[in-house]
Amino acid sequence: MTKFTGTDNYVATDDLQLAVNAAVTLQRPLLIKGEPGTGKTMLAEEVAGAMGKKLISWHIKSTTKAQQGLYEYDAVSRLRDSQLGDDKVHDIKNYIKQGMLWQAFTADEQVVLLIDEIDKADIEFPNDLLVELDKMQFSVYETGETIQAKHRPIIIITSNNEKELPDAFLRRCFFHYINFPDKQTMQEIIKVHHPDLKKGMLNAALEVFFEVREVPGLKKKPSTSELIDWIKLLVADDIPIEALQNKSIKEAIPPLYGALLKNEQDVEMLQKLAFMMRRQG
Amino acid sequence: MLIDFFYTLKKAGLPVSIKELLVLLDALEQQVVFGSVDDFYHLSKLCMVKDEKHFDRFDLAFGHYFHDLEMIEDFESFLIPHDWLKPDWIKNLTEEEKAQIEALGGFDKLMETLKKRLEEQQKKHQGGNKWIGTGGTSPFGHGGYNPEGIRIGGEGRHNRATKVWEKRQFKNLDGTAELNTRSMKMVLRKLRKFARTGAADELDLAGTIKSTADNAGLLDLKMRPERHNAVKLLVFFDVGGSMDYHVQRCEELFSAVRAEFKHLEYFYFHNCIYEKLWKDNHRRWQENISTWDVLNTFGSDYHVMIVGDAAMSPYEISEPYGSVEHMNDESGYTWMQRLLEQWHKVVWLNPVPEEYWSYTNSTVMLHKIMSERMYPLNLDGIQSAIDNLAK
Repeated sequence: MTKFTGTDNYVATDDLQLAVNAAVTLQRPLLIKGEPGTGKTMLAEEVAGAMGKKLISWHIKSTTKAQQGLYEYDAVSRLRDSQLGDDKVHDIKNYIKQGMLWQAFTADEQVVLLIDEIDKADIEFPNDLLVELDKMQFSVYETGETIQAKHRPIIIITSNNEKELPDAFLRRCFFHYINFPDKQTMQEIIKVHHPDLKKGMLNAALEVFFEVREVPGLKKKPSTSELIDWIKLLVADDIPIEALQNKSIKEAIPPLYGALLKNEQDVEMLQKLAFMMRRQG
Repeated sequence: MLIDFFYTLKKAGLPVSIKELLVLLDALEQQVVFGSVDDFYHLSKLCMVKDEKHFDRFDLAFGHYFHDLEMIEDFESFLIPHDWLKPDWIKNLTEEEKAQIEALGGFDKLMETLKKRLEEQQKKHQGGNKWIGTGGTSPFGHGGYNPEGIRIGGEGRHNRATKVWEKRQFKNLDGTAELNTRSMKMVLRKLRKFARTGAADELDLAGTIKSTADNAGLLDLKMRPERHNAVKLLVFFDVGGSMDYHVQRCEELFSAVRAEFKHLEYFYFHNCIYEKLWKDNHRRWQENISTWDVLNTFGSDYHVMIVGDAAMSPYEISEPYGSVEHMNDESGYTWMQRLLEQWHKVVWLNPVPEEYWSYTNSTVMLHKIMSERMYPLNLDGIQSAIDNLAK
């Protein structure tokens, strides 16, 4: 079996690789948590890409019900068809719409199933999927058939920690918390996204970035995806390296800060900090 | 099989069950990792810990458990005769390194020193001191792969792994929180009264069948409004001063309440409720709301929750002009009475543990004004408060 070791455009740390490989080997769902913007959702795409498997994504919203992942029975159109005398009406199967789990279970080869942002759903949602994820099977009450996974899919679940997940659910998953990357990993990540970036520029940008992250009391700390966007802007706008070098954020607000800070209170705070420093200096 | 390890974790307060242990053993059997403590650390963390707030506790327990094991391993490595190690490593040395060994007095001298070092270590070892950790600065560390290098190499590997858990980078995520939002929400669910109001946008299947049958088989769709929680809740939060210590718990309660109730209004006050309330703490002096307006706006069908530590000077409750912040024409007591007249389902949640209430005069007073409907802000307290509101 091929081991997942990250891809050309995704840097996976050792422990993340281990987590993915353990989940693949033991055929258990892998629950991924971490700060927003650390590449949780991307992981599933990259795992699918690296292992040459199809990706099926199930994006969870606050109104999503567990049943929708299995199947939905469209009673209304059957009723309508019966009124119109359509022949389709005699077979109930025509009115059962397959959900993402069903598709993943019945696929001809092993697929990667992403259950994205499971914490967005109702608090009982994960509990409704216990047996399905454990046994990888469910039954369709309307037709009486049992859907059994032909190949147990690789399941990757992401959570942003908006709601706590029930214990029974957690016990069935592997759990991995994506740490915020350290400077070295960050350099690797940036290199993947901006291979042509000059070394001096990269260091200067990283310096500013980590300094902004250190500012106490920020509502939303900038994360990897923001850093990548910011560097993209810096390169696109041809910002000279001098604008970043030797300047603490306390003296001057970094150029194009809007890409790093997404909250006007945070921007205000940075401005205040710079103002105070100027007065003292 | 790792049963001691399992119990070490359990003792450290990690919520581990046999299921996790079996998964870990399964993973080891399937050779997800091979004999490296570093990898084993990551694997066992992956299997045993389900919440990042427990990472720190896991790191501690793991360090504790493996500290004991390392000692045994070190001990065994002393038993390896040195000539057994000799042929392999000497081939790997570069000229430079060989020169360094010469500089230390040749191979035999080196081995002698090493032996001595090991003996010394054994002694210290029995004393429970982790001697080898300082071995890195010894001349043997220089050569990189010399005899001790093999041992130190093993040790070094340990150390690298050790570092990961000794860093304990998840320290501030741990909180032996009495409550979390999930359990709080589960409790708040009790306070539910379902009703169907608003736009009819859900198919009423039973109604449709009935009316279709009545219609002699011709489809007649019936719609109805979605069912939702109809309980209306009004929450008053005490902010500032002594409440700063309880901010996190209040935030948790707030987020739980906000997610659970559609009809939710909240206002802030300081210490005791007077004639002014506000909704935005940053603009509390510019944009405040008259308490009279609040009393008149929200009908008596609202349930009221007051969250505050009720710790203040007794005059702030009993006397006019008693407030620490402004001139209040009427006493806090008067305002509390008005509030209790308007709403009947009122509870007070106090973040201070119940056993300390009696030491604060004002808390006792408010407890009495509330006719004993003050509850501590923990799971049991919220439970009883909700029970009271739902009565």
